[in-house]
Amino acid sequence: MNSHLKELGSYYRNLTRNMVLIITVVSITPMILVSALILFQFHNSFEEKVNAHLTTLVKKHKQNIDVFLNERLANIRFLARTFTFEELANESFLQDRLAALQEDFGPVFVDLGVVNARGIQVAYAGPFKLGMALYSTADWFQRAMKSNSFISDVFLGLRGLPHFIVAVRENWKGDEWILRATIDFVAFNNLVEHIRIGETGFAFILNRKGEFQTKPFQELVASKDPYLELLRSDNSSNGKPLKIGRMKGEGGEKNIYVAASLKDGEWLLVYQQKASDAFSDFERAMRVTLLVLVLGLLAIVTTAFVVSRRMVVRIARADREKHMMNEQVVETGKLASVGELAAGIAHEINNPVAIMVEEAGWIEDLLEEEDFKQGENLKEFRRALTQIRTQGKRCKEITHKLLSFARKTDERVQEFDIDEAIKEIVALSGQRAKYSNVTISLALSEELPRVRLSQAELQQVLLNLINNALDAMEKQGGSLEIRTKKQDGNLLIEVADNGPGIPAANLGRIFDPFFTTKPVGKGTGLGLSICYGIIKKIGGEIEVASTVGAGTTFRIRIPLETIKAEEPSNKKGE
Amino acid sequence: MALAKVMLVDDEVPFVETMTKRLTKRDLVVTSAFSGKEALDALAKDQSVEVIILDVKMPGMDGIDTLREIKRFYPLIEVVMLTGHATVETAIEGMKIGAFDYLMKPCEMDVLMGKVQEAAARKRQQEHKIIEARLKEITSRRT
Repeated sequence: MNSHLKELGSYYRNLTRNMVLIITVVSITPMILVSALILFQFHNSFEEKVNAHLTTLVKKHKQNIDVFLNERLANIRFLARTFTFEELANESFLQDRLAALQEDFGPVFVDLGVVNARGIQVAYAGPFKLGMALYSTADWFQRAMKSNSFISDVFLGLRGLPHFIVAVRENWKGDEWILRATIDFVAFNNLVEHIRIGETGFAFILNRKGEFQTKPFQELVASKDPYLELLRSDNSSNGKPLKIGRMKGEGGEKNIYVAASLKDGEWLLVYQQKASDAFSDFERAMRVTLLVLVLGLLAIVTTAFVVSRRMVVRIARADREKHMMNEQVVETGKLASVGELAAGIAHEINNPVAIMVEEAGWIEDLLEEEDFKQGENLKEFRRALTQIRTQGKRCKEITHKLLSFARKTDERVQEFDIDEAIKEIVALSGQRAKYSNVTISLALSEELPRVRLSQAELQQVLLNLINNALDAMEKQGGSLEIRTKKQDGNLLIEVADNGPGIPAANLGRIFDPFFTTKPVGKGTGLGLSICYGIIKKIGGEIEVASTVGAGTTFRIRIPLETIKAEEPSNKKGE
Repeated sequence: MALAKVMLVDDEVPFVETMTKRLTKRDLVVTSAFSGKEALDALAKDQSVEVIILDVKMPGMDGIDTLREIKRFYPLIEVVMLTGHATVETAIEGMKIGAFDYLMKPCEMDVLMGKVQEAAARKRQQEHKIIEARLKEITSRRT
């Protein structure tokens, strides 16, 4: 029994676990798939958006820088072409031109200088004392002499400050000369330095030697090389679209870069930002999504658990009820076959018993004849024959009861008045009660409706109960009360006696067939079992309460809903 | 003179034999039959039987069918039903068809004798009434 219970316990635990698993998997899988898909799509479009934004930004600044450099170049070319070498070689004139330029463009132009073909600065206007300075060996001079215009890298030069030079080459009477201007590093640097997005986005310009042409917002010691690589490989493909890509930074973190070449591929404008910074909005969205996902998961698991537990509790209850029903069905079947068997036996036994009794009667008849009257044992013969007849009668009673147990009583349902039916039965038992010194009293409710039932069956039940009570009180006498009332939608019939009562040990078995406590020959043990069967069939319940020495009460409860006559009427004969 | 002329019909041979002896001893003239058909055959030959004691449950033609046939052909003969299978329905059916009464097996000899005598008396009374009626008819025709 214990192992069976354990087995059942583990069965229901497994059932709960499986249900939780199934509900969880079925609910969570689509949720995760959909979330992953949406996140993936969102990530892609966000990346596109970021790339597009950065590309536009860099492109705009590349244009700005190009325009700045070209304008500066155009400014001094205009000077060089408008005025002659002689005019410009006049330092005060040059000073005026510088002032005019500074007035137009702000402190972008630091100084102006006119350099002859030998590299001597013949005129200088600016804050430094650089008149007659010799540039013949300077890198910028040598390169400027080779082309019409030139923009140098940023360098410290003679003045020891970062600056760069724009220069144009002109011809005066067969001799080449150069007008050069120093561009303020700060002004140029501003063009690049204010490109700032997020917390880590910044821009800088590199030259081919890997020197910063602007002051970078952050040091880029380790990660400069890849850009140089980019610059060198990009040499032949000027004007190519911008490059956008990713690379690992010093700390292992990913960086996004957008690079554009400037100054005919000599410089590289780079915008760099940490990927985590560029994608911070996306990452925030992802964190919120993950939080929602985790909360959803928790909710699903909790719900799955609670729902499964409830379902399993219900299933367990249904299983128990089914089990009990099965037992009842088996019990009923057993009772039915016992009934059939009893009917068969009763019927077959009746005839032989009748013959035996007749034979005994015949012997009795013969004993009346003169020959036998003298016999010594006549008295004994007579006693034996009487005994045979008595026992024959007993057999008859037993078989009759067995037959009525198995036989179907009149099952026809008819409409009748409960109280009238009870009064009829009591009248039938009246005589017997008188002999047993039992007073029968009635406490019948007036408000009971007419009912639709098999009257014969109900009367059989009541008769059995009354007979049992009378049997119990045969010796001492007593009182028997039959009560009817309406209670909670039920018809309640009570048959209560104040007889000797039923011992507790027997109470549980009194409805079992063939269980009897009456002396041998008095009861078949079928009466209460028949009552039980009939009341159950109607859909009611019969129960017993008994105290030894105080009496016994049988209580029949039948739901009025199932037995009430169709037209509710309390009065008879309507 | 015999108290009555009786036919005993039952498929249980020992029962019929013993009962015959006992009833004979009580001054009845008893003939016997062991099935419904046998009883009807015997009646066809001899209609002097006054009361038939008939078992309800018999193989072949049962008591109720036999009763129906007897009442059809010999309505004046009284029938006392005797059975080991006591059912109210059978009794009611037997009484409706015209049985005199109904007794359950095993029954007291005195009760049975009482019933047989009552039945015989009624039969004679009926016959008497019929004869009287006929006589009246004859006398009224003559006058």
